Amino acid sequence: MTTASLRWPLRRPVDASGIWSWITTVDHKRIAKLYGYTGFVFFIVGGLEALLLRIQLAQPESSFLTAAEYNTMFTMHGTTMIFLVVMPMAAAFMNFLLPLMIGARDVAFPRLNALSYWFFLVGGIVLYSSFLFATAGAPQGGFLGETSTALGKAANGGWFMYPPNSGPQFSPGTVIDFWLIGLLVLGVGSLVSSVNLLTTIFNMRAPGMKLFRMPVFVWMSMVVNFLLAFSLPIVTVALIMLYFDRNFGTLFFEASGGGDPVLYQHLFWLFGHPEVYVLILPAMGIVSEVLPVFSRKPLFGYPAVVFAGIAIGFLGFGVWAHHMFASGIGPIAQVAFGLSTMTIAVPTGIKVFNWIGTMWEGKLKFTVPMLFAMGFVAMFTIGGLSGVTHAVVPSDWQQTDTYYIVAHFHYVLFGGAMFGIFAGLYYWFPKLTGRMYDATLAKLHFWLMFIGFNLTFAPMHWLGLQGMVRRTETYAAETGLGPWNMVATIGAFIIAISTLIFMANWVQSRRRGAPAPMDPWDARTLEWAIPSPPPEFNFAEIPQVTSLDDFWHQKYTEDDAGRPVRKPDADARLAHLEEIGHNPEHRPHLPAPSWFPPLAGLAMLFVATGLLLHASIVGIAIGLVGAAGLFLALVAWSREPLEEEVSAHE
Amino acid sequence: MPVFAIAAVIFILVEAAVVYAAFKFRDRGDETEPKQIHGNNKLEALWTIIPALILVGIAVPTVSAIVDLTSAPDDAVEIDVIGHQWWFEFSYPEGITTANVLVVPAGTPIDLSMTSKDVVHSFWIPRLAGKRDVIPGQYTSLYFEADEPGEYWGQCAEFCGLSHAKMSFRVRALPPAEYTAWLQAQQQPAVEPAAGSLEAQGRDIFLGRGCIACHNIKGVSEVAGEVPGAPDLTHFASRNVFAGASLSIDSDDDLRDWLANPPAVKSGSFMPNLGLSPDDITALIAYLRSLE
Repeated sequence: MTTASLRWPLRRPVDASGIWSWITTVDHKRIAKLYGYTGFVFFIVGGLEALLLRIQLAQPESSFLTAAEYNTMFTMHGTTMIFLVVMPMAAAFMNFLLPLMIGARDVAFPRLNALSYWFFLVGGIVLYSSFLFATAGAPQGGFLGETSTALGKAANGGWFMYPPNSGPQFSPGTVIDFWLIGLLVLGVGSLVSSVNLLTTIFNMRAPGMKLFRMPVFVWMSMVVNFLLAFSLPIVTVALIMLYFDRNFGTLFFEASGGGDPVLYQHLFWLFGHPEVYVLILPAMGIVSEVLPVFSRKPLFGYPAVVFAGIAIGFLGFGVWAHHMFASGIGPIAQVAFGLSTMTIAVPTGIKVFNWIGTMWEGKLKFTVPMLFAMGFVAMFTIGGLSGVTHAVVPSDWQQTDTYYIVAHFHYVLFGGAMFGIFAGLYYWFPKLTGRMYDATLAKLHFWLMFIGFNLTFAPMHWLGLQGMVRRTETYAAETGLGPWNMVATIGAFIIAISTLIFMANWVQSRRRGAPAPMDPWDARTLEWAIPSPPPEFNFAEIPQVTSLDDFWHQKYTEDDAGRPVRKPDADARLAHLEEIGHNPEHRPHLPAPSWFPPLAGLAMLFVATGLLLHASIVGIAIGLVGAAGLFLALVAWSREPLEEEVSAHE
Repeated sequence: MPVFAIAAVIFILVEAAVVYAAFKFRDRGDETEPKQIHGNNKLEALWTIIPALILVGIAVPTVSAIVDLTSAPDDAVEIDVIGHQWWFEFSYPEGITTANVLVVPAGTPIDLSMTSKDVVHSFWIPRLAGKRDVIPGQYTSLYFEADEPGEYWGQCAEFCGLSHAKMSFRVRALPPAEYTAWLQAQQQPAVEPAAGSLEAQGRDIFLGRGCIACHNIKGVSEVAGEVPGAPDLTHFASRNVFAGASLSIDSDDDLRDWLANPPAVKSGSFMPNLGLSPDDITALIAYLRSLE
């Protein structure tokens, strides 16, 4: 088959720059940037939602937001931060790094990778289009106290969306449907991505890159993608059942019709708890890369850190009912889930101790990625310890649904996951952009965020233990909860300011920062063995891997005392790698861009619209057009020529 | 709870180790490189086994506490709890139905049997017991005991829709003798207002303006058919709070605001704005406050 004989749509696009090159790209590094920037936009949105919540709670009996607006804001804040920020940010890191770290030229299925991104974007658009197009209302028979405003026109049932409150009787209107369809589309994208990245890890490793020579970030990504592959189908089932209950009169969760609302809770948390590890494990991977480099020591107990991550993944499927200790599950179940939850503390502890062991007797360089990584260890420990207190079931009966829980999971997901993500953003900034960040601004960002974070979330521990329940838009003045809530709100604004500093630094440095060398940190893993930013083909020559931390061992040997000694030819070796990265002997073949992933994404937007408007003939028509478009896009995709006889992944 | 003490000790040790490492092992700008230590099996085994042993120590009292707190003694006072959006209803074996204020005898075990008329709620009296969800189509039980007479604050702890924040309640623990007297009083029909009084006008408004479609007042009007969806008002004035315990019966403003436009006070409320005039409201308040 020759390309000349083909006509559009089967001809592959050729733009190398400009907007169409981004829309049709299948390059894992560009897709990573799309994920990262989109995720960051949602981080700003979710952060603004959090600020509205904190303004409302700064004082008792405040009327800044109505109850309907408040409920919408906390639901969308949680949904956004989990599904539209931390997950895509982790996807950005995995996309950018996995091929580079294992010595590959791209992921296993580059077009599927693009499809995952477009589905993520469509899911996010559906979720947020709710504010423009959806309707919200009081429960059937109830009366709204005020006219509904734009801020109240998105999902308002909490990110867990328990029925019957989220069912047709108690949440009429369409806001919940927008949420359900948005999440279902996001789920398809994540599921596709998990299969793609698992295949990449198992099949695309460079020669000699045995499993136990893989960087810990790759290991943690593997665990994350297994968790996604097994847990997403479960929540998909729950969401579809709830969608059917709401739209087609099924009674899966409707108690009055013999359904069981608690079944939904089990299904949701059977996904929801592994999801927590989906959010934290990538950050644990990042920290495991950053700490050794800036301690100038290998990771302490690499096998233990790897096995602990795998153990956390396995155990993560056996603890879901600790989210439901107050739901009246029997004492045997309470004991079983309490004990299984405690068990998770063991591998988590191993990780924390090994990170400290890595720093111990090292030569610590306090770069900003290192500060965030150490901040991660310090803050995540707090979240982990408060987690153990939830496993003590009678104690959890007091803590659950209070601000103590809010404090706990923000120490895990902000002090943990987001600090890890910031560590990674600074650490790989030179590789991503080819420039260095402004270290002074970056340090200011870290310290302001660290202080703001603790001011915001530490007081929530004692607010919760004093009895402040979650998800309430107001509290009485005589409770005495006001002052600490004001502190938390001030902290939230400090976080906001630190984020603005981060953005200014990013925008400034990616254009005008000092040019970054190939290996600015004297690092250990393969992504630093190629120019910054990496050429489109990543590796001019596929590396031959001979050990863990292969790149480090290309540069260093050890003397008799076990101290590293730079090899005399290390600089020449780096210069050679840089030279072939810029001027390869043979230009490697790469997968060509494609129209069909974005077209399939567009078709999915039509399908989603059809599902939302299924009550009207126009809606059904839109849905059918979308389904036909999706089918045609996938057929054309399968017929698309590679353009080259030889695969890029020899 | 010993778990908090253990957590605090581990917290201090770990954070101290991080801070110590940051000072002790920071790069001092000299040429010496650190020894490349890849791990230490003995140490790692140690920090696997010691936390596991600590957890066993936490697990044992946890399991026994779960078992202890699971079942109420046989002599417990049994009370039914029904969750509604957004208030709790309490019904007693003596045939009493009340709302928002759970009256119990102090020093006596109480065994609550709970269910919901609509969505999932969670019943929580922070100073007396842990939370227990209140679930439609199921019965959950909660057992507690108020050692001291007094008033305790309670709150719905599971997000249950628009006015979840305003779904609170009070527990009033009475000395046993007073509790018995209270039970007696609650079984009486409502107080009959004197003919021509303001209270009698209020009763006529209650009968004439649709209130009786949802509210029971024993001896005056009983809602036909199913269990009414609104609080029983027979002894309204024996309580001190209403509307999910978010408003005070002693406060004229609270009562006036509520009767003038309930959804404006508690969004999503099932009690509509009845278009009552200020005079109607004055009379209704007088009547409601007479219902001792």
